[in-house]
Amino acid sequence: MARGGETIIEVKGLRNSFGSQIVHEDLSLEVKRGEIFGVVGGSGTGKSVLMRSIIGLQTPDEGEIEVFGEPMIGRDEEEAKHVRRRWGVLFQGGALFSTLTVAENIQVPIKEFYPGLDQELLDEIAAYKTTMSGLSTDAGAKYPSELSGGMRKRAGIARALALDPELLFLDEPTAGLDPIGAAAFDQLISELRDALGLTVFLITHDLDTLYAICDRVAVLADRKVVAVGTIAELLALDHEWIQEYFKGPRGRAAASIAEREEASA
Amino acid sequence: MTVTADFDANMEEGRCVLRFSGNLTMLRVRKLSEQLKGIDADQVTVDLSEVERMDTVGAWLVHKLERDRGATIVGATEEQRLLIAHVTQADQPVKLKRDYEMPLLRVVGEVGSASQMAMRTIFGMLGFFGALLISVGNIARHPRRFRLNAITQQFEVVGVRALFIIGLMSFLVGIVIAQQGAVQLRQFGAEIYTINLIGRSSVKELGVLMTAIMVAGRSGSAFAAQLGSMKLSEEVDAMRTIGVSPMEALVFPRVLATVILMPLLGFYAAILSIIGGGIFCWISLDIPPVTFIQRIREVTPMTDLWQAMIKAPTFGMIIAMAGCFQGMQVEGNAEEVGLRTTAAVVQGIFLVIVLDAFFAVFFTEIGWL
Repeated sequence: MARGGETIIEVKGLRNSFGSQIVHEDLSLEVKRGEIFGVVGGSGTGKSVLMRSIIGLQTPDEGEIEVFGEPMIGRDEEEAKHVRRRWGVLFQGGALFSTLTVAENIQVPIKEFYPGLDQELLDEIAAYKTTMSGLSTDAGAKYPSELSGGMRKRAGIARALALDPELLFLDEPTAGLDPIGAAAFDQLISELRDALGLTVFLITHDLDTLYAICDRVAVLADRKVVAVGTIAELLALDHEWIQEYFKGPRGRAAASIAEREEASA
Repeated sequence: MTVTADFDANMEEGRCVLRFSGNLTMLRVRKLSEQLKGIDADQVTVDLSEVERMDTVGAWLVHKLERDRGATIVGATEEQRLLIAHVTQADQPVKLKRDYEMPLLRVVGEVGSASQMAMRTIFGMLGFFGALLISVGNIARHPRRFRLNAITQQFEVVGVRALFIIGLMSFLVGIVIAQQGAVQLRQFGAEIYTINLIGRSSVKELGVLMTAIMVAGRSGSAFAAQLGSMKLSEEVDAMRTIGVSPMEALVFPRVLATVILMPLLGFYAAILSIIGGGIFCWISLDIPPVTFIQRIREVTPMTDLWQAMIKAPTFGMIIAMAGCFQGMQVEGNAEEVGLRTTAAVVQGIFLVIVLDAFFAVFFTEIGWL
């Protein structure tokens, strides 16, 4: 899609460490408006840490992070609030507030940022967000503990989408979803991107998702981004991990499905 | 650029034309939604050609006009049409509220479920005690399953780390008893009996009781919270599938450590309380330490210590059991951990005091005055 557009996320020279263990060293990347940006990497390469650094949950040792052209490091909470309003985050486990129903969970960010909306409209918003996220029609009144893992994830997506964000952070969104649900989710993301001009920062292990919706993919290895590009561009690179990742048995299967779909389209 | 979403309502060829302009987003929707309610027309056309930005909430408003008033939408871009279609598709009857209950019925229901809960707790505790005995039997038959490391670790957490706070508390309680006792006894010229009061109440009652309350607050709650969060993260289930009994690995070490440590802590508390009282007597009543100690030895019978040493392990057992039992009952969410932790402390202290009253009557009956 819209490549070469405005830069939404810019990370420069990022360094993160936990004690003596260095997770990132001189890591840089750029995400453009309107693209679905995938991040892949082996376990322990710091994909989640990267996301947490960008959204301000983890203060890096060094480096600069800009979101919507505004520096994010060292901002106080009050100033960062108007940036936070413009993004939504889905955590790995859904991270729903366990004492609120799904509908109330969705309404939390709306009430926080737009106080004074009347309850009727709030309920309508919660209602269409639940169906949009592929939840069943009775899920809105349930508590997170009454939902399955996959449903909890969808409720998390619904909450992340509550404010109609311009930027969406997704941490392994399709993990734990059944293949049908995962495919529906992929479709949902690309539809929302088209309709809302959403930019998506997506951490995933799901090769099908990568092939189906990602415009560009960044590969994390050796503490930094070793390559960024479309899957075709990555495949042309001579990097051991990338070759193994995309050309392994699972990678080949996902590629052949993607090819077939393209041929039939 | 207009930022505010606004609209004009004009009558054109018998139809009401709503021409929106600016940003049709959540930020502006509140006012709009109220204004739109004020428009009363059957034939509505919605013109979106001047809208700059629209989000799903804006699309929802447009969709509602379309749904409720049969509005015709014109001037929408391809993207806006897609968004409206998306929202339209998501418009399904959705249940958001829990089912309504009559307040009276709810009160009755809550009383019922509370009584049921109380019964279940009593039977559950009994069952838990039985399961603990079985695991004690199992450990006795297979001594290799005796987890010395886990128990010594609990010794440290329950005992060693509590020494300072229990010591300080008992010391202060000793001073308070001596001071209050002296004030009252002075009226009869019987100040010397302050020593009896300090010695007997510290050894027989307060040392153990105050320790039990402190241990319930420190360790009973910790047991409930630890086991509760382990249950939430499925650690307890994982243990079971590996073949490790949570009763043997988690509950037994905690109960045993508390049972062993309570008499030691209780004795320590009694001594500190006597020291506190002694210092008060020395400073305030001019009773020298040597006299004080001599007098304490004369007036405090050995049976007082035996009573304490019988009560202390029993209390330890109760506190640890209440903590572990409540912890193992946690299901569902994080709020439950908090509730169960509270219940563990409340039940622990309550049972300790009930039992203490029972012990007092019992020991008097058998002549341990």
